[in-house]
Amino acid sequence: MGDDTVSFPILSVMIFLPLFAAVVCLFVPAKTARWTALVTTFVLFGLGCFLWSHYEPGGPQWQFTEYAPVFGRFAWAMGIDGVALMLIMLSVFLMPICIGASWEAITDRVGEYMAAFLLMEALMIGVFAAQDIYLFYIFFEAGLIPMYLIIGIWGGANRIYAAYKFFLYTLLGSVVMLVAMLWMVHEAGTTAIPVLMQYDFTPEAQKWLWLAFFASFAVKMPMWPVHTWLPDAHVQAPTAGSVILAGVLLKMGGYGFIRFLLPMFPEGTAYWFWLVMGLSMIAVVYTSLVALVQSDMKKLIAYSSVAHMAFVTIGLMAFNRQGIEGAMLVMLSHGLVSGALFLCVGVIYDRLHTREIARYGGLADSMPKYALFFMIFTMASVGLPGTSGFVGEFLSLTGSYQANSWVAFVMTTGIVLGAAYMLYLYRRVVFGRLDKDDVRAMPDLSMREVALLAPIVGAVFWMGIYPETFLRPMRADVGAVLARIDRANPGSDAKVALGSLPATETRNEGAH
Amino acid sequence: MGANLLFTLPELILSTGAIVLMLVAAWSDEGSTELVSIVAVALLVAAGFAAALPITGYGVAFDGLYRADAFAAFAKCLIYLATAVCILIAPRFFERDRLKPEYPVLILLATAGAGMMVSAGDLITLYIGLELQSLASYVLASFMRRDERSAEAGLKYFVLGALASGILLYGAALVYGFTGTTNYDGIARALNSGLTRGQTFGLVFVFAGIAFKISAVPFHMWTPDVYEGAPTPVTTLFATAQKVAAIAMFVRIAMEAMGSATHAWQQIIVFAALASILIGAAGAIGQTNIKRLLAYSSINNIGFALIGFAAGTPEGAASVLTYMAIYTVMTLGSFLCVLQMRDANGEQVETIASLAGLSRTNGWLAASLAIFMFSLAGIPPLFGFWGKFAVFSAAINANLVLLALFGIAASVIGAFYYIKIIKIMYFDEAAAAFARPASKVENGLIAASAVIMALGYPLIPYLDVLTNNAAKALF
Repeated sequence: MGDDTVSFPILSVMIFLPLFAAVVCLFVPAKTARWTALVTTFVLFGLGCFLWSHYEPGGPQWQFTEYAPVFGRFAWAMGIDGVALMLIMLSVFLMPICIGASWEAITDRVGEYMAAFLLMEALMIGVFAAQDIYLFYIFFEAGLIPMYLIIGIWGGANRIYAAYKFFLYTLLGSVVMLVAMLWMVHEAGTTAIPVLMQYDFTPEAQKWLWLAFFASFAVKMPMWPVHTWLPDAHVQAPTAGSVILAGVLLKMGGYGFIRFLLPMFPEGTAYWFWLVMGLSMIAVVYTSLVALVQSDMKKLIAYSSVAHMAFVTIGLMAFNRQGIEGAMLVMLSHGLVSGALFLCVGVIYDRLHTREIARYGGLADSMPKYALFFMIFTMASVGLPGTSGFVGEFLSLTGSYQANSWVAFVMTTGIVLGAAYMLYLYRRVVFGRLDKDDVRAMPDLSMREVALLAPIVGAVFWMGIYPETFLRPMRADVGAVLARIDRANPGSDAKVALGSLPATETRNEGAH
Repeated sequence: MGANLLFTLPELILSTGAIVLMLVAAWSDEGSTELVSIVAVALLVAAGFAAALPITGYGVAFDGLYRADAFAAFAKCLIYLATAVCILIAPRFFERDRLKPEYPVLILLATAGAGMMVSAGDLITLYIGLELQSLASYVLASFMRRDERSAEAGLKYFVLGALASGILLYGAALVYGFTGTTNYDGIARALNSGLTRGQTFGLVFVFAGIAFKISAVPFHMWTPDVYEGAPTPVTTLFATAQKVAAIAMFVRIAMEAMGSATHAWQQIIVFAALASILIGAAGAIGQTNIKRLLAYSSINNIGFALIGFAAGTPEGAASVLTYMAIYTVMTLGSFLCVLQMRDANGEQVETIASLAGLSRTNGWLAASLAIFMFSLAGIPPLFGFWGKFAVFSAAINANLVLLALFGIAASVIGAFYYIKIIKIMYFDEAAAAFARPASKVENGLIAASAVIMALGYPLIPYLDVLTNNAAKALF
C-alpha cells in the first residue's frame, strides 16, 4: 500500500491527532479530559489496526511513506517497516489501557496528566515512524519531557529523585548519540535512515559510532550497569507511567539496535560482540538475583525487566534469524506482560496503598479473579510454553546458542532464576494465609479492571500459540538486517550444522 | 560622502533620535516618558528597516571604517528587536520610581553603539562603538539610584568594564604596532604572511578584552553581580542585545581580520567555550536568586555559541548567529517571566524558592517558563535544541569532534539546573501566589516567545538562509 497511501498521510495523522487532543485536554474539566483521552487512544488503536491490515508483508520495505522537506536541513520523513509496525501496534494497544488504569487513580490535575500521556503517545509513534535520523532524535529525546513530568508530578514519595535520575541518565546517553549522528550525516551526506542503513562506514569509524549509539540505547534499554535509573523510575511512577515505561519506552532501545546499530555498523557490531554478550550475561544473573530479594513489588518487576531485556540483546547480537526474531518477540511479549504485571500491582496498590510484598498474602481467597489474571501473567513472564514469553525467549536462546554456546548456557540460568523470583512473588502475594484484616477486605477486580487486563491475556495467548501473526510482517525486514550484518558475522563456537546425510538416508535411518 | 552617510542610516536614525529625545526629556517633566518610549521603539523599528533593506545596498563606508553587509544587518535586526522589548517592559518595573525618560534615551545610545560594533571594519570604530555602548550601559546598570545593589552593579560594571576596555585598547595598539594598520583588511593582509610574536600578543589581548564583554570564562566574574543588581529590564538588555552585539563583533574581527590566524585563536576559543559551559553550569547549580541563575545560564550559553565560533568556518559563523537568535528569544522570554514575579504588595521577588508550585497558582506563566527552561537546556522538540544542533554540527563539520563531545556532555550538567526550576514549579507544594497585574504587552510577548520556542522548527529554512548569507559576508 506504499504508494496509494501518500494521499492519506496516516502516520502524520497518528502523530498530530494525539497532539491536538493533548492541547484540548489542557482546557477542559477532568471528566471531559478523561473521555477525550480515551476516545483518542481508541481512535489511534483503530488507525493502528488499519495500518496493520493494509501493511503488505513482503511488499516494499518501507510502506506508508511520507516526505516533506520542511525543516531545511532535515525532513519530515515518515514510513514504517514490519518492525516499526509491530512496535507501533504495541504502543497503540497499551495506551487505552493506560488511560483506563488512570481513570480513578488520578484525581489531581487530570487534564495535564492526560495531555502528558497523549503527548507521550505521539512521540512514541514518531520514534518508530521517523525515517529521518534527526527527526528520530527529536522524537526520541522529546519523550523525556512528558515522562519527567509524569514521574515528578504524579509519582510516589521519592518521585523527585527518580525524575531527575531518569532525565539526566537518559539525556547523557542520547547527547553522545547526537554527536555520532552529526558526524554520520557529515560523512554520508544524507539524513535519510533508509539510505544510511545501506551506507558503509569504515570499520574503524564504525567502532566509535557504534559505541556512541550504544551509549544511548543501552541506557534506554536498560542494560547492566546503566540500569539503575529504571527501578527508581518504575517504583515512583504512577501505574500507567510504569506500564508505558516498561511497555514501550524500553523497546526504543531494542528498536535502536535493529534500526541503527546492526544495519548501519555491521563491523562495529561484530567488534563489540563480547561487550554486549558480557553485559547481558551479567545482567541476567545479577538482576535476577537482585529481583529475588526485593520486598517492593514494582522494584521486583523492574529488575525482571532488566533481565528480560538481556534476552533481547543477546538475540540481537546473535547474527542469525532466530536470534533477531526472538529478540523482537521478547520485546513485544515483555511489553505486554510487564505492562500487565504493573497493572496487577496497581490494582492492589489502589486498594491498600502499599507495594510491600509482606503486607499481602492469601489473595487467592479474597480475590480469585485477580489471582487468575496475575497467575497468567506470572507464567507468561516465566516463559511457560503457550504464552508469549516462551516463544521469544526460546528463539532468542536458540539464536544465541548458534552464536556462542556459553552465552546460551549462562542465559538459560536466567530462565530458571526468572521462574524462581516470579513464582516466589506469586506465592507470597496470592497464596499463604489470608490473615490480615485489611487484605481480607479488599474487593475483587472491578469490571473496569477486568476490561483492562483481559485484552492483554488475549494477546499473550495469541502470541504464545500462533506467533506467526506477529513474525510475518517482520520476516522480510529481519532478512534485510541479516543481509547487512552477515558479512561481519564473527562465526560460532557451537559448530551447529545440519546433518550432512541426504534426506532419503535420514528416512532410512528412522526406519531402523 | 552622502553615500557614506547613507550606509550608516540605522546609526544616524538612532543617534539623532536619541539626541532629539534627550532634549524633549530635558524640557518636559517625567510625564513624557511614555511618549519618549514609544518614539524610541518606533526609531528602533525604523532603524531595523534601514539595516535590513538598505537603500544604497550593502557596502563599505568611510574607507573601510564601517561595513554595511548582511552580517551586520542580521545582527542589528536582532539587537533592535531585543532592545525594543527591553524598552516595552520597563514601565511596569519602574512603576514605583516613576520611570524617567532618560531610560529609553540611554538605551538608544547604547544601541547605536552596538550597531557600530557589529559594523566596525576598523579597530578604531570597534572601540568607539564599544565605548558608546558601555558608557550608556554603566549608567543603565545603576539606574535605580536609591537601590544599593543597583549602584553597586553600576560601579562594578564600570570599573571592570574600563579595565577590559583598557586591555582591548592595549591589544589594538599592539596589533597596530605589529601590522601597521587598524583596518581589518589591512590586518588580514599583514597576518597572511604568518603570525609574529608581537601580533600574537596583540591578538590575545584583543580577545581577552572582548571575552570580558561577552562574559566568557575566565572573564565572567562580573556577570552574576551585575545581572543581579541591575534593574531587570536592564539585565535583559545586557543578556540579550549586548551579548549579540559583542559576539557578532567578536566573530567579525576574528574571521575577517584574523581569519588567516584561525589556528592561533582557535585554541583560545576552544578553551573559553568549554570553560564557559562548565563554569556556567556548575556555578548555576547552587544559586537561589533567579537573576543570578540566569546570569550563569548566559555564561553557559555563550560557551555553546563559542563552540560554533571555534569552527572558524562560514558554517561556524552562521551557527553562532543562529544560536544567538534563538538564545535571544528564549532569554527575553525567561526575563519576562522573571518580571512577573511580584508578591502581593507588588514588590519584585527574585528568589527561586518563590516559584514553588507556580503551576498551580499561575499555570500559564509556569508553562511558559517551563518551555524556556527546557529550551535553554536544549531538549527537543523545543527550539533551543536547534541552536545547540547548529553549533555542534558546525564544530563536527570542522573536525572538532572532541570539542563537540565534551561540550555536549557538559550540557547535561546544565540541564540539571534548568529542570530544577521546572521541578520547583511543578513538583513542589505551592508557595504564595504572585500578584497578577495584567499587562497585555508583557503577556503577549511571553506568549509570542513561548510559541516560537515550542513550534519554531518550520522557521529553520529561513533562519538558515539568513544566517548563511550573513556569514558569507565575512569570508
